[in-house]
Amino acid sequence: MLEVRGLKAGYGMSAVLTDISLSIGAGEVATLLGRNGMGKTTTVRAIMGMLAPRGGEIYFSGQRIDGLTSDAIARRGIGLVPEGRLIFPTLTVRENLIATAANRLGAVIPWTLPRIYGLFPRLAERAGQRGGTLSGGEQQMLAIGRALMTNPQLLILDEATEGLAPLMRDEIWRCVAGLKAAGQSILIIDKNIVALKKLADRHHIVEKGRTVWVGNRAELETAGDIVRRSLGL
Amino acid sequence: MVEAIRRRLVIASTALLMLALPLVADRLAMPDLVALGTQVAIYAVAAVGLDLLIGYTGLSSFGHAGFFGLGGYVVGILAFHAADGSLFLGVVPGATAAWIAWPAAILISALAALAIGALSLRTSGVSFIMITLAFAQMLFYLFVSIKTYGGDDGLGFRRRNALPWINPRDDVAFYYVCLAVLALVLAACHRLVRSRFGIVLLGIKQNERRMAAIGLDGGRYKLAVFTLAGAIAGLAGALQANLLRFVSPDMLHWTMSGDFMVMVVLGGVGTLVGPVFGAAAMVLLQSWLTQWTEHWMIVMGPVLVAVILLTRRGIWGALAGRR
Repeated sequence: MLEVRGLKAGYGMSAVLTDISLSIGAGEVATLLGRNGMGKTTTVRAIMGMLAPRGGEIYFSGQRIDGLTSDAIARRGIGLVPEGRLIFPTLTVRENLIATAANRLGAVIPWTLPRIYGLFPRLAERAGQRGGTLSGGEQQMLAIGRALMTNPQLLILDEATEGLAPLMRDEIWRCVAGLKAAGQSILIIDKNIVALKKLADRHHIVEKGRTVWVGNRAELETAGDIVRRSLGL
Repeated sequence: MVEAIRRRLVIASTALLMLALPLVADRLAMPDLVALGTQVAIYAVAAVGLDLLIGYTGLSSFGHAGFFGLGGYVVGILAFHAADGSLFLGVVPGATAAWIAWPAAILISALAALAIGALSLRTSGVSFIMITLAFAQMLFYLFVSIKTYGGDDGLGFRRRNALPWINPRDDVAFYYVCLAVLALVLAACHRLVRSRFGIVLLGIKQNERRMAAIGLDGGRYKLAVFTLAGAIAGLAGALQANLLRFVSPDMLHWTMSGDFMVMVVLGGVGTLVGPVFGAAAMVLLQSWLTQWTEHWMIVMGPVLVAVILLTRRGIWGALAGRR
């Protein structure tokens, strides 16, 4: 579904990504792991067209998407839940959800407000409340709900549990597990390796802008050294 | 809840006052009040359109007068050609009927806004303000240079556009026509900002890149609302031409764009109803102060500063609560 080959990108004079490769199949949950500052969020920005790649290729559903604008990439079916959540603070929960709602690719069972409210009952309780007044966890749910309302083929979660209370984290992981069970393809960028070990089918480890290790769940369990070095475990 | 009741009370009493204005003017033997009320309604129409840009989309257009004047000139030019039986550009005959002239004014202003918006919306911030100003000034100098339509001196015509069942000479009837247009524009804009389109505009105002990351091309939405605001300004311009039976390049001058901005800010940015109060404050203060001094802006300036500093959402915010 998503195939990134030899991606290079950076800001100004500095090259942040030197050789990123990753792939996610349909219905698969994949992770991008690595310590802070290794280029995980920059990779997401490059995939989403928010940062122009300086080299490499990005394919989505068999078509090349590097060089497209971010709105065009999103319309192809990639839903981003950005780091820091970035909801619209003065719009209500309901407005945040319907503002960008679309079913461009003709999903058979499209995401609707009731479905989102079913996934996150807290959002239903806060439907008329402004986004900026929600707690961090609720804002995260809203950001995920907003991305789902575009009916994406691939959902990208960038640091979705960052700064959340443990209970709220569990709630987010429970929801991600539910999405996976429903066949949603997901790319997760996170540091919470324990939760991700159970959830993800494939892992990519990034170090200094390069993909240094790729493997499945079982391989990650036995890849002691690289996990210790790259993730500090 | 209390705020909602307060807002409704303010709107209802203002609407009542505006509806009763001709009666009040008659009782007080101040017929000029009707003309002032008409001027308030017309400016308010244009300012409400500008609020869609400034208040809901975050686009500070400094070229609103360009579309206002263009709408006025469409009415003036059609009346000019109707009077002498000549053809505009050798093709288009003149017209005095409102059902032809007013939609034509709206259409031409909308087309101009579409073209100007398509170019100026490639920029943002100060560049956008400057480029809209530049386009409006180009229109201003264009009409100054066309001597056929009076150039600098403007273009007068004898009669207001004909409306069915309404005597064009009747100032009170024309006041009610303008009031009805204002009510329609307010109702339509109110619906618009509460629709999904309006929510997207608010999202663009907050963060256009964030909108793009979720798959929306903000540029198309901005161009659509810019064109709509231009069309509304064109309609206001058509009414203004009818009020005075005269159009001049002054309608297109940058100071007029500044006045519209002041009305929006004074009344309350992003409130839609606020600009009506802003237009009223501006027209009434100007009318009252110019009896004392030609330099009425010396007083208007501090009033504007006080309203901005002391209220959260202009006059509307002060009257109807903070929201």
